[in-house]
Amino acid sequence: MSGAMTSPVLFHLDEAVIGYGSRAVLRGCQLSIATGEKVALLGESGAGKTTLLRQLRSLRPADVAWCPQNTGLVPMLSVFHNIYMGRLDRHSFFYNLLNLVHPLAQPRDEIAALAQQLGLQEKLFTSVDKLSGGQQSRTSLGRALYQQRPVFLGDEPVSAVDEVQADQLLQLICARHETMVIALHDVALALRYCNRVIGLQGGRIALDQPASACDPAELLRLYAHA
Amino acid sequence: MQSSSFPLIPVRDSSATAMVRTSALFVLVALLCLPWADLSISTRDPWQELARLGWGLLTPSFDNPLTLLEALANTLAFALQGVALGAVGGFLLALGYRRAAVRRFAAFIRAIHELFWALLFIQLAGLSPAAGVLAIAIPYAGTFAKIYGELFEEVDPSARQALPVGTGALSAFFFTELPQCFAHMVTYTRYRLECGIRSSAVLGFIGLPTVGFHLETALKQGQYSEAAALFYALVLVIVTLHGWMRAKLLPLYLLAVLVWLPPVAQFNGALVWRFFSEDIVPAPLRQGWNGEGLWRWLHALWSSQIAPGLGNTLVLALLALIGTGLVTLLTFPAISHLFGRPVTRAGGHFFLVLMRSAPEYLLAFVGLLLWGPSMLPAVVALSLHNGAIIAHLVGHYSDSLQLRDDAVTGLNRYLFEVLPRIYRTFLAFTLYRFEILMRETAMLGILGIPTLGFFIDSAFTEFRFDRAMLLLLVTALLNMSVDMLARTLRRRLHLSSQPESL
Repeated sequence: MSGAMTSPVLFHLDEAVIGYGSRAVLRGCQLSIATGEKVALLGESGAGKTTLLRQLRSLRPADVAWCPQNTGLVPMLSVFHNIYMGRLDRHSFFYNLLNLVHPLAQPRDEIAALAQQLGLQEKLFTSVDKLSGGQQSRTSLGRALYQQRPVFLGDEPVSAVDEVQADQLLQLICARHETMVIALHDVALALRYCNRVIGLQGGRIALDQPASACDPAELLRLYAHA
Repeated sequence: MQSSSFPLIPVRDSSATAMVRTSALFVLVALLCLPWADLSISTRDPWQELARLGWGLLTPSFDNPLTLLEALANTLAFALQGVALGAVGGFLLALGYRRAAVRRFAAFIRAIHELFWALLFIQLAGLSPAAGVLAIAIPYAGTFAKIYGELFEEVDPSARQALPVGTGALSAFFFTELPQCFAHMVTYTRYRLECGIRSSAVLGFIGLPTVGFHLETALKQGQYSEAAALFYALVLVIVTLHGWMRAKLLPLYLLAVLVWLPPVAQFNGALVWRFFSEDIVPAPLRQGWNGEGLWRWLHALWSSQIAPGLGNTLVLALLALIGTGLVTLLTFPAISHLFGRPVTRAGGHFFLVLMRSAPEYLLAFVGLLLWGPSMLPAVVALSLHNGAIIAHLVGHYSDSLQLRDDAVTGLNRYLFEVLPRIYRTFLAFTLYRFEILMRETAMLGILGIPTLGFFIDSAFTEFRFDRAMLLLLVTALLNMSVDMLARTLRRRLHLSSQPESL
């Protein structure tokens, strides 16, 4: 696998056992992901996609824009604040506190522009507990995009929105990140936006192919019970 | 197989059993305490006094309204300043609540009742505004630290996990935990302000210029109409709190009370130095180390004050716990929509509001006037006040129950439909209240009931500060142990650990 790659290796797992505490979720993970790859993670829920994504995040925390499946939004704060949180690590505490109390012009403009692309411009100063599930999911995605990191790691980032929006959002993610690894459950979307597909089944990597070599019927088999 | 030859034995596995057992255990222990409890009535004609008191409650009057207003303003000034300072201190402590040392420190400062803190600060700073403000602020900070700290710990961690790696601790806290807890914190803080007004009123009984000061005078002179006017004014301030306490007005209120009653004190440096370097050193150690003398001092103090004080405090608190439970179970139907009519519910609310707003200390003081010094006034006072608080919560909780259309009515409804359903909540509230009962019980000693507070008060009056310190320490340790015991019990019974508005 890695022999074909010319770009620098970003993530490398070698026969890794990954899990929480003493409970292993993934075994025998042999995996390399290079800069520039667009990887789709497929598999049933419980197959280990989230675990694998978390492991990848922990390998390069500073390069990763992180979009978790449970959105982790703060319900009583506005869309602006929740997106702003993507850059809490880059400012001093007092600058952050100031923006919490009264958004400053620069972050407000930046985030308004981003919200525009996400279709959230009207909701910029609405608290997220008053948004629909799809809008919340887009806010969570906005927070990850605002991080502006080279590697996007997303756990079902578009599962709560309709097909048209999913298309647009994935375009946005692809355009703004050099490398991405996203868990998806829509095989067609995976083949359209990714150049590599990793299938997980029963805690193991069951499939790892270029997207161009994938047979959709074979991918569906990942969702059959082992 | 067995069923053919042996009758099936029903499995005893009832959720009610564990709760009944716990309740029965408390009742049993309280009954065992009875022989040690002095519940005698020593006044000559308690009924006549009660009639006079009742007449006073019906005919409130106050000769000098300006004095009344001034006392109310002072009461609010101590309460607002004390609670505000306590909330800020508690918030700072709550930031470090993960550390065991911070938790223990908070438990220690809240284990000592505000009246004891007041006795202490009055020694150091005289009858000054600062003494009153600090007396409220310090124990309240301990309570705020606990409630805020537990709120922060229980926040859904997913928001924090989604933050970019490398986010500063304070930034993360202000953007995730704080916004998620803020509404709860505001509700709780407002509730504590209500408690603070009561505490502030009671500080008057030991000399600070609040409502309690005038209440004590009026009650001692038997001027019950005047006392009633003061009491109603206090209740009115507390009951209308939700109306006048607005977030936007808070800065204005704080500024006003700071101008009205600047928290200053004339510290006498030499006196304070003497207090810490000499007065609180155990007497036998003042001329150098004297192990044998210290041992004799401790032994004498143990047998003459600590042991009887501890015993009486425990006995009284247990009796008050049972009394509180009884008052709750008897009075909550009075405000529940499952029983009675609008008229009876209005009456029930009125009674519960009066009892909730009346500080235990005031009720016990009145009880002493009626029945003379024994544990009886204290038991009744603690049971009425705490029972009313829990009955209010349980009554509201019972309104959320959905009974089927053909459910029985009357006593059968109470016993079969309602009591089993509310009992777990009732137990949780009552056990939570036990910690508060213990604090209050120790404190009521100041009225002459020989609990720990009685000996603490005597030690302060006799300027034996070394004894006072040791007794305060014992009281604090007792309260901290009860705190832990109640927490363990709640956990074992799977009761919620944090009734929000107690």
